[in-house]
Amino acid sequence: MDSKLVVSPSPHVHSGESTRRLMFNVVLALMPAFAVSLYYFGIGALFVTLLSILSCVLFEYLIQKFILKVQPTITDGSAIVTGLLFAFNVPSNLPWYIVVTGSLFAIGVAKMSFGGLGSNPFNPALAARVFMLISFPVQMTSWPLPIESRLKYIDAVTGPTPLAILKEGLKKGDTISQIADQIPSHLQLFMGVMGGSLGEISALALLIGFAWLLYKKVITWRIPISIFATIFVFTGILWLINPEQNADPIFHLVTGGVMIGAIYMATDYVTSPMHPKGMLIFGLGIGLLTVIIRVWGAYPEGVSFAILIMNAFVPLINRYVKPKRFGEEVKRNG
Amino acid sequence: MLKTFAKGGVHPPENKFSANRPIEVLSLPAKVTIPVSQHIGAPATIVVSKGDKVKVGQLIAQGAGFVSANIHSSVSGTVESIEPVLDSSGYKRPAITIAVEGDEWEPTIDRSPELKRHIDADAQTIIKKIAEAGIVGLGGATFPSHVKLSVPAGKKADVLIINGVECEPYLTSDHRLMLEKGHELMVGIQLLMRALNVDKALVGIENNKPDAIKYLSEIAKEYPGITAHALKVKYPQGGEKQLIKALINREVPSGGLPIDIGAVVHNVGTAYAVYEAVQKNKPLFERVVTVTGKNLPKPSNFLVRIGTPVSELIAAAGGLPDDTAKVVNGGPMMGKAVTDITVPVTKGTSGIIVFPAAESKRKAESVCIRCAKCVSACPMGLEPYLLIRMSQRMMFDKMEHERVLDCMECGSCSFECPANLPLLDYIRLGKTEVNKIIRARKN
Repeated sequence: MDSKLVVSPSPHVHSGESTRRLMFNVVLALMPAFAVSLYYFGIGALFVTLLSILSCVLFEYLIQKFILKVQPTITDGSAIVTGLLFAFNVPSNLPWYIVVTGSLFAIGVAKMSFGGLGSNPFNPALAARVFMLISFPVQMTSWPLPIESRLKYIDAVTGPTPLAILKEGLKKGDTISQIADQIPSHLQLFMGVMGGSLGEISALALLIGFAWLLYKKVITWRIPISIFATIFVFTGILWLINPEQNADPIFHLVTGGVMIGAIYMATDYVTSPMHPKGMLIFGLGIGLLTVIIRVWGAYPEGVSFAILIMNAFVPLINRYVKPKRFGEEVKRNG
Repeated sequence: MLKTFAKGGVHPPENKFSANRPIEVLSLPAKVTIPVSQHIGAPATIVVSKGDKVKVGQLIAQGAGFVSANIHSSVSGTVESIEPVLDSSGYKRPAITIAVEGDEWEPTIDRSPELKRHIDADAQTIIKKIAEAGIVGLGGATFPSHVKLSVPAGKKADVLIINGVECEPYLTSDHRLMLEKGHELMVGIQLLMRALNVDKALVGIENNKPDAIKYLSEIAKEYPGITAHALKVKYPQGGEKQLIKALINREVPSGGLPIDIGAVVHNVGTAYAVYEAVQKNKPLFERVVTVTGKNLPKPSNFLVRIGTPVSELIAAAGGLPDDTAKVVNGGPMMGKAVTDITVPVTKGTSGIIVFPAAESKRKAESVCIRCAKCVSACPMGLEPYLLIRMSQRMMFDKMEHERVLDCMECGSCSFECPANLPLLDYIRLGKTEVNKIIRARKN
């Protein structure tokens, strides 16, 4: 052997994990939910999702190439995930220009203006969703009904979400038992037979993806489970106090954006805490805020706001909640 | 549920290709090059001159002070030169080169193969013999063993821990030693127990070596106080602090030593060397070295004289594969890449690994995505993502506050990082700078 040896500091082996593979696994984990969405919402879901992914990737490329003048990094897959998640958080009949504007906001404002991947304080897809919700409140809250809207896009038949039915009903002074017959059964809700954002409806499909993410060690259980537990306990207490004014905890878990928010949005690496304890605090905060907004707030749904608010606390959490160092507490037993 | 340490850790592929290869005695090289700095502490003082005739086991460099170690000739022959030679540190450092002539051992060495089980020596004698034999930690850290056995006043050891973990991938030298020299190892452990005046010794072995666990548990019944324990496979369990935590659930305090919590840790290779030194009067001049690699024709475990060029070991293992681009002295996680395969085997050489070109270069780094995998991987509970940022911004005082000196450079963070960030490189830089700050503060 004539050529010189490679000399580099240890370690000399690597896990082989890469940003691209992690992102790919997130995309894969979202596929069951996408399949359900295609089944219930048909061409609308397909069109909005593809358009969202395409525009996110394209905007990232254009911004990096022509504005920042750096080597585009679209192959890392992060823009695909953002596009997919943004689409999953909007109705399947959303007009194309809102999808494109939302993608531009997600990539251009929420991600790139803060320094790109790894530097954005807020989840880009959620920031875009909330920005669009405030800018286009009507289009962003018209929910196509599942199955009947399969072959329709803009002209889809729409109806309220279970959470909106609940909020309206309670506002009118109805009790839970009076509202109950307008709402699908728990099992139907779990399977996703309800109006809602195109990717959030099926708790079952989203939980299958959760299992995949845990199996592939993409995320840990801490953030999702602490969110679920907080929502379950908090709404459970309210329900026990007055079951006629408050929906039961299972209803709260399987409706709206709890599943997709807790499993896929709150666990976004960049915008969630770095330490196990911090993750639990983060999840607790999201759970509390979600229930507060749902029960006492003006909006029927609060997961997006809750996550974004807690995103803002992440630097603080990282600073003050440190992992326990080895040898910090001197312990002697045995 | 098998025991392991609590915090962090990773699971690199084991690749223990040479696990079933019995230890072979490597034939003598034509020449050995013995560096005088093979241990932590002061380099030994050379006591021979060019042209001197030496025998196997003859003292050729005397330990300089307490934290240092004697060095003995590993061959018989003539001292050819005394000059700086490139060693595995990558630097030229003083070394004694000896041309081999025959194989004449010091007559004081007992070369009989019989197991000598009866122990006459008292604690003082044992420690003295260990110091004389130049024994250092053979797990790779090469800290002089007699220093570890000299418990400082006011402290007391109550348990001896024997490290048979061999958590580094590829390496199998400790594994083979446990299988082939079990009884000698047990007597060595008894000697260490007597030196420390403890009545309990725990041998920790990872569960990927079930044959060694079974064998040592079986024979340990003949040696009161010694027990073998299976541990769940997790890197870096062979780290002193991690092994103590796994076996007896005590945590060495930050900045402290195992003796602070009553434990002393020695490697199985060291315990075997102690047996040979005390019972057989044999100084440390040879050791078991694993020579391995994915494309190496014959991964092997060799008993090698100190000072033998690494190239001889590779030749005996079937020769360097054509696609080799990196040769590592030690394990893949903590070993050092050598600049040249002529460098000599030293007391700390536990293995030689040849890597093909495809696995030799690091992949391009991308940006940190804050996935927190480094935080989860760190066995010391540090935050590598934060330390690299501080190091890059030269915020060394902050790094000290973040306990960068607790880092033992196990490499788990760099191993896990999906962005291929050189986390450990920057942490090392930080450690060096923090040590400078601490030294300046003392002066």
